[in-house]
Amino acid sequence: MSTTTITSTTPAPAPTGVINAGRTTATAGRVLRQLRHDPRTIALMIVVPCVMLILLRYVFDASPRTFDNIGASLLGIFPLITMFLVTSIATLRERTSGTLERLLAMPLGKADLIAGYALAFGALAIVQSALATGLALWVLGLDVTGSAWLLLLVALLDALLGTALGLFVSAFAASEFQAVQFMPAVIFPQLLLCGLFTPRSDMHPVLTGISDVLPMSYAVDGMNQVLHHTDMTATFVRDVLIVAGCALLVLVLGAATLRRRTA
Amino acid sequence: MMNYVPDPPPQPATAALQAHDLTVVRGPRTVLHHLTFAVPRGQVTGLLGPSGCGKSTLMRSIVGTQAKVNGTLQVLGHPAGHPALRSRIGYVTQSPSVFDDLTVRQNLEYFAAILDPGRAAAERRHEHVTQAITDVDLTSHADALAGNLSGGQRNRVSLAVALLGAPELLVLDEPTVGLDPVLRRDLWNLFHDIAATRGATLLVSSHVMDEAERCHRLLLMREGEILADDSPDALRTRTGGDTVEAAFLHLVDEAAAAARPKESTR
Repeated sequence: MSTTTITSTTPAPAPTGVINAGRTTATAGRVLRQLRHDPRTIALMIVVPCVMLILLRYVFDASPRTFDNIGASLLGIFPLITMFLVTSIATLRERTSGTLERLLAMPLGKADLIAGYALAFGALAIVQSALATGLALWVLGLDVTGSAWLLLLVALLDALLGTALGLFVSAFAASEFQAVQFMPAVIFPQLLLCGLFTPRSDMHPVLTGISDVLPMSYAVDGMNQVLHHTDMTATFVRDVLIVAGCALLVLVLGAATLRRRTA
Repeated sequence: MMNYVPDPPPQPATAALQAHDLTVVRGPRTVLHHLTFAVPRGQVTGLLGPSGCGKSTLMRSIVGTQAKVNGTLQVLGHPAGHPALRSRIGYVTQSPSVFDDLTVRQNLEYFAAILDPGRAAAERRHEHVTQAITDVDLTSHADALAGNLSGGQRNRVSLAVALLGAPELLVLDEPTVGLDPVLRRDLWNLFHDIAATRGATLLVSSHVMDEAERCHRLLLMREGEILADDSPDALRTRTGGDTVEAAFLHLVDEAAAAARPKESTR
């Protein structure tokens, strides 16, 4: 046994960092085609955030200022949560159905697969965010000082972050039940600490410290910057860069969980 | 341990698969024990043995998706799992690995785009997809969702994916399970046709012994070891049995008898 030559376990020189445009768009197209056969999911993804905003608007019927604050934050939080859920379940299904194993035995790069997913869900996130933002601004009278485009930009980055987190946690879920349970585990603490309920500086110092390293804090902060300022502030740029950086980092971590060889 | 196993005779350069001292560990269990064998090119080789004997693990090792593989395993002249092999091997897993929420044609179009990407190849891809659907006799179901098909039909969609891109090596894990006799016969004819006309190598696993008669060569497996590596005729002659099943049972008894005195050396 000790003299065994290890030939086949030598990691093959994988072509890293190269994204093949054809394979990436084919993957994105395939993911969207799968969703098209599931119109109920699309409807839920797009309609539920809008209904929540309408609900919120009339919950705070007497205090429009509160609606402005919470509404803007939620425009950033909805895409994150929806994309997190959809991606974690979709990639979990890919892992358990054997299609991932088959794809990784084919000449598909991990980056192609992840970029394909990000592209498909990103497109969906644009539709969702555009509808929710439009509804909030022009129908529900959300009072925003800055540009609606900036709101959309933050919403899109949040969606990407949700996709990245979903992809990552799907590696640790053995079933759909577990994947759904990751939502309270990963998203709820961020929701409580992101400054939606009370300013982060008012929290216990330990919690403030924790919220400083959670990406959703910056997503919500970015939305609030647009809410209160006409121009792009330095804080806004920082927030956007942090959310984008986190999304990229988690996507890379997610790529590392895709293994060509499994036990 | 190695001293008991004679070195294999030098294989001709035409061998599609060449394993030497191949061992695979899954969790606490050693699933494959020091396998040494070769599979010739351009033939249909059957991998037969009872459920749980390590057939699927061996196939996963060959296509490069199995972790913790020790020993030498050369596939089409490369170490197993080499990136150059990814477009040259067609692999069908035991349970169909296709997207249930896509139609048969959409499934194949996607996998075809992975093998042969780009807009310029669209026409060629369309041809390959149509050919693969015809090969597995699913033309009338091309626009049905894979999830709405029967188990046998989904198996055939999975097989069609493996046929895309005319691979040189087809690794098929129990492709005929749950199919009616007519379809089984048709698929075996297709396998032989692929070997004869395209010169492809096929490794087909089964736990149904009567399928063994349809193979050029057989690898008989039991409990992670290879009992025999021969043609069906030679096996029957050697063991004096009428069928491959009888030959298999004979070999199991023989191995059990031989294992008893050897047990202490392990």
